[in-house]
Amino acid sequence: MKYRSVFDIIGPVMIGPSSSHTAGAARIGRAARHLFGREPKYAHVHLYGSFAKTYKGHGTDVAIIGGLLDYETDDTRISQALVTARKNGMKVRFHEEDAITDHPNTARLKIGDDDGELELVGISIGGGKAEITELNGFELNLSGEHPAILLIHNDRFGAIASSTTILAKHEINIGRMEVSRKAQGEQALMVIEVDQNVDDAVLNELERADHIIQVAKISE
Amino acid sequence: MFRNVAELVELAESEDIQISEVMIRQEMEVKQLTREQVVGQMEKNLDVMEKAIEDGLKGVKSHSGLTGGDAVLIQEYMKNHTPLSGNLLMDAVSKAVATNEVNAAMGTICATPTAGSAGCVPGTLFAVKNQLNPTREQMVRYLFTSGAFGFVVANNASISGAAGGCQAEVGSAAGMAAAAIVEMAGGTPSQSAEAMAITLKNMLGLICDPVAGLVEVPCVKRNAMGASNAITAADMALAGVTSRIPCDEVIDAMYKVGQRMPSAFRETAQGGLAATPTGRELEAKVYGISLEKE
Repeated sequence: MKYRSVFDIIGPVMIGPSSSHTAGAARIGRAARHLFGREPKYAHVHLYGSFAKTYKGHGTDVAIIGGLLDYETDDTRISQALVTARKNGMKVRFHEEDAITDHPNTARLKIGDDDGELELVGISIGGGKAEITELNGFELNLSGEHPAILLIHNDRFGAIASSTTILAKHEINIGRMEVSRKAQGEQALMVIEVDQNVDDAVLNELERADHIIQVAKISE
Repeated sequence: MFRNVAELVELAESEDIQISEVMIRQEMEVKQLTREQVVGQMEKNLDVMEKAIEDGLKGVKSHSGLTGGDAVLIQEYMKNHTPLSGNLLMDAVSKAVATNEVNAAMGTICATPTAGSAGCVPGTLFAVKNQLNPTREQMVRYLFTSGAFGFVVANNASISGAAGGCQAEVGSAAGMAAAAIVEMAGGTPSQSAEAMAITLKNMLGLICDPVAGLVEVPCVKRNAMGASNAITAADMALAGVTSRIPCDEVIDAMYKVGQRMPSAFRETAQGGLAATPTGRELEAKVYGISLEKE
């Protein structure tokens, strides 16, 4: 059964007008914010397909920026997100793309500041649900429905074992796990979906583990 | 776990409980939550719906300018005239419109089952309330009953306009509302199922053809008609009228009609009202494109 909860039917509580073009878009922005770990100083948002054609009317633009400001789908401040971002000194640019993507509602976000940059591709699959399909050039498949830990690590033996040992020690159960790399022996990305939100202390411990370069998380 | 309407009705009647109670118990079991937690979350959703109606009745306008203000017009008309279709029906219509006008204006709503069809369930609830005088607990139960029928449609057919047309969104929402009205008015679980069947039968084939791809025209007024359809069907079911085609078969028919619907009529803004000369003109105006360029 695709739907298991009555609150999938009576819910979610959200800012209108569209569960796919507004709520789903906000979730993509918020995932980028969580993975970046702080509010970015600039954001280049590339919109494809139906997003590119209807983003102004649907408020997809304010929803994505609202997500970057860490607003949830039901946060009424979403409608003022562009103004707030400007006040905070965030430079925002939207690019309407003609390229055909696999999914009609696709957004590519490049966000960053003086200390770093992050590039992410998200799709809004309907009913307010979103998926992250690419992060810094790594392909992945992240629903955002569960809390998740993302680890950039060296493609060496022991990297996976050292991270999962730490999770086991903290009694954190892994629901789903995915590993991808750009080329053998270079940087790799580990995506671990877990059953509960993870403390920063655990993240710090992971960051110090063998072969781990960078750690980020998505909370529920 | 019930898989269809027949099982849902059977569960309720064999244990002599309401449909809403079946839904509450299932949610507690599936999510491993207490009754207080499950009911508490639904109370919050009810508060959101009530607030959206209040906001809509004060008057809102969407960014595109295509929708807004009609809920106020209807309420003013009701103050100065006796509506031909009756006060309760027009009250439901105005409150369904209010909810979807708030949605179009980027206000806060609760999807029931989607954002585009969010007006039918709360619109009927807050109109029927004035006649039946339910407790707050009964109003929360209304949402669980709606949810139970929507749950079956979502799992056995679809609640997405992109997948099945407007019949899957406003059709489902109206059917959910009809079933819930019956329970609140003291009808049996079977009568709820009949009301759902009668409603959905009369929305079969409805396409999803939003002008400029926006959840505004004709979505707002489709919710008005969904609410009217729900109240009429609920009254028929309470009178003892039954559907010759069982509810589960109607849901299955809706699913199959949706599968055979051309993509132009499934939320792509390529057909129906979206493709009319005026629809195209409004689209050009909203996006600031010159028609000659096309």
